[in-house]
Amino acid sequence: MSATTLTAPTALVGSFTTEAFAAHLASLPPSLPAWWLDRKRAAYARFAALPMPARTDEMWRFSNIGTLTLDGFTLPTVDTELARASIPNSLIGIPQAAKLVFANGRLFSRELLSAERAARGVIVDTLQNALVKHEAIVREHLLTQPPKLGSPKFAALHEAFLADGAFIFVPRDVHLDLPIGVFSYALGATAAVFPHTLVVAGENARVSIVEYFGSGNDTEAQFAAGANDLYAGHGAQIDYIGKQDWSHRALSFQANSTIVRRDARVQSLNLHLGARQARHESLSQLAAPGAFSEMLALTVAEAGQEFDQRTLQIHQAPYTKSDLLYKNALRGTAKTIFSGLIVVDSDAQKTDAYQSNRNLMLSDDAEACSLPGLEIQANDVRCTHGATSSRIDPEQEFYLQSRGIAKEQADQLLTFGFFEEVLNRLANDDLHEALRTLIQTKFKK
Amino acid sequence: MKPPTDTDTLTAPADTTAVENPAVGIDQTAGNFSYKVDYAFDAGTGLSEDTVRYISSVKKEAPSILEFRLAALKKFFAMPMPTHWATKDLENIDFQKIRYYLSQGQKPKRTWDEVPDDIKKTFERLGIPEQERKFLAGVEAQFDSEAAYSNIKAIVAKQGVIFVNSTEGLREHPELFKKFFGKVIPTGDNKFSALNSAVFSGGSFIYVPKGVKVAQPLQAYFRINAENFGQFERTLIICDEGAEVTYMEGCTAPKFSTSTLHSAVVELVALKGAKIQYITVQNWSNNVFNLVTKRGIAHEDAEIKWIDCNIGSRLTMKYPGVVLKGERARGEVISIALANDGQHQDTGAKMIHAANYTTSNIIAKSISVGQGRSTYRGVVHIPKHLKGCKNNTECDALLINTNSRTDTYPAITVRGDKNSTQHEASVSKVSEDMIFYMQQRGLTEGQAMSLAVNGFINDLARQFPMEYSVELKRLIDLEMEGSVG
Repeated sequence: MSATTLTAPTALVGSFTTEAFAAHLASLPPSLPAWWLDRKRAAYARFAALPMPARTDEMWRFSNIGTLTLDGFTLPTVDTELARASIPNSLIGIPQAAKLVFANGRLFSRELLSAERAARGVIVDTLQNALVKHEAIVREHLLTQPPKLGSPKFAALHEAFLADGAFIFVPRDVHLDLPIGVFSYALGATAAVFPHTLVVAGENARVSIVEYFGSGNDTEAQFAAGANDLYAGHGAQIDYIGKQDWSHRALSFQANSTIVRRDARVQSLNLHLGARQARHESLSQLAAPGAFSEMLALTVAEAGQEFDQRTLQIHQAPYTKSDLLYKNALRGTAKTIFSGLIVVDSDAQKTDAYQSNRNLMLSDDAEACSLPGLEIQANDVRCTHGATSSRIDPEQEFYLQSRGIAKEQADQLLTFGFFEEVLNRLANDDLHEALRTLIQTKFKK
Repeated sequence: MKPPTDTDTLTAPADTTAVENPAVGIDQTAGNFSYKVDYAFDAGTGLSEDTVRYISSVKKEAPSILEFRLAALKKFFAMPMPTHWATKDLENIDFQKIRYYLSQGQKPKRTWDEVPDDIKKTFERLGIPEQERKFLAGVEAQFDSEAAYSNIKAIVAKQGVIFVNSTEGLREHPELFKKFFGKVIPTGDNKFSALNSAVFSGGSFIYVPKGVKVAQPLQAYFRINAENFGQFERTLIICDEGAEVTYMEGCTAPKFSTSTLHSAVVELVALKGAKIQYITVQNWSNNVFNLVTKRGIAHEDAEIKWIDCNIGSRLTMKYPGVVLKGERARGEVISIALANDGQHQDTGAKMIHAANYTTSNIIAKSISVGQGRSTYRGVVHIPKHLKGCKNNTECDALLINTNSRTDTYPAITVRGDKNSTQHEASVSKVSEDMIFYMQQRGLTEGQAMSLAVNGFINDLARQFPMEYSVELKRLIDLEMEGSVG
């Protein structure tokens, strides 16, 4: 069955009609492998057939279902002038080994790896190029994990309309000293984008990635359905930082999938600042002994924003470790949802898993929901989780005031201190400093 | 429910041959029996409007109660099984194979002598000896659907406490009970509360007048005694301003080959400054579906405490809740669950804060043995514009064997910056060092394990009345037997 001939009811597809999909396929370079196009067609068929999330759907508990929409979006091409005007030159104030900048899903600009780094076998390229040049690696790792956190429809939409993204490969034993930057911009009032980043780190390789999602301006009602795949081979180390700063009127879905092999270590930190409603699904699979996944997130939720974060830590092998810390600061009428689950398979003895969600309530109209979950099927494990929601500690506030610091300043200090616990986990001091500045600027606005 | 005996102590093994388990010597088949009983009134199997009409007519109920039942039945049929979040095991209940009403037809008895001999025998096997009445203020023992035995000590009656079964309560004190009946837990709260509302019989209705403090716990013993027979008791306790009462409920059931269903509804109302403590030790046999809805409303300065212990049943789903309706109200749930092979203890708590300065506390401990599965599921809700609300939740799970399973699914919602909640959960196993140390001191591995598990729940078990904590300890010893090695 060819998906392009399928006519789905508009309620299920919204702006992403069969015509739009056909136009998208036609816009792709002819060199792409057939299996990938087949997968995209199959994904579109799934997307068109799957229902929107329902109120009784346990995976969408507490989420605002009524404001999810697929209508009113467009799949614009890149307006080079607009892109030039909208995308700043210096993106994150730290040096990078290479850089890829995407505008509306197409490569806008890039900075290549130095010849020395490229000679060691490191690849930083677009997905479109990689699908042709490094077909086997891409096929093995691109979107191979089934969506387990409630958004099969949006995952299928992502796969169907994914035009281009970043491909990063670091071969065995190679350590990259500088991070790689990936930047995705949505430009235009109703733009829909589908960013993707695929990272494959070979045995004992080391790489860090800084990813940024942003809009041309802050009033555009855009749509994003993004995903990334991180694969850490034996003994590899990946540090990933994702900063989501879409327009405050955007609707965003992001699905991250991480696989950590033997003795490998992945640290991911997601900063959530933008969008009117943002759902972030993060899946971490600890696939072999000694694997360690550290999952961090910081959210500054303001007036009317809803941040919906769902996480899954799956321990599939013994002697694996995961550590999750998600912190939300809520202002105005913001709402945050944290739903986390640690799954320990029956043979994953000696698992050490931790999950913590802290909500700092800074307004009387904010709402924080926590669903910290455990499913443990092995007995020799250490698994704990904690969730707290409360305001700034009045005793700490009082102490600072007693030292002559004004209340507002004291509150700000304590809030920054609240974020600092997460930022402190970063090994890279430059990055730590850059992110701290970013958040504090945002917070003072 | 026996007073402590020497078999309960672990400390003196010197004069006996080394016992594998301190529970040796207890008749472990107790509770594993049934007597032929003449069921004078029997609604047959299956569920229909006729079943409901039959139950209502046998009980000579007012037409309004029949209407209530029929409306509930409609709701029950209309509501889906909650399997989108609950275990699929619920689908194994065949509602048309269950008997919904059985009764000896006798009026509740007031003295022990009037209780028929065969029923007495059942109680004796259960361990409710006659002398226990000396310990207990009143006994409302439920044999199958209808209260077979009811004894309120003169002292309690003199204080004006009403302690009757649900039928009597609705018939003789409608002005008191109708006001709150079905109000704490509306019929349509969930599928099983609807079922209970349609076919309820038995259970206790208690009213404690203003300022009365009932010194000794009121108690009821429930028991299922017919194959494929569901028990649907309905309990409503109203504690008037400044009054205090403790209610104890315990269950054991004989083992049968086909599944039985137990679906109770318990409503508590604590008016201003009142205190209610509700204690349950649940030990149904391993083929019982135990799907219970329990909730209390705590008004200003009132306190409701659920102490809930689940050891038996095939599947228990029970989340005692407190709606904190008045300022400074306090709710507490202390929960102990033990899941052995073939069992799923899906328990937890609900705390709904609805007034300023309300506080709630949930402490849940579970033990999974063999292939047992224990689940904590909780709701804490603090809505908009409240201040000074606090919740503390702690869940600890102990896994005994490599294939034991535990899950935790809390849901916490907080609005505003004037409240605070904290939730903590941990999963652990019995430390090998601990077991080794005790073995090195002369205990067998089984004894050491029992001691460690009892230590794990000890701080909660201490909150039980003495005879319950003794029984609990014994039940845990029994369950732990054969779980090591």
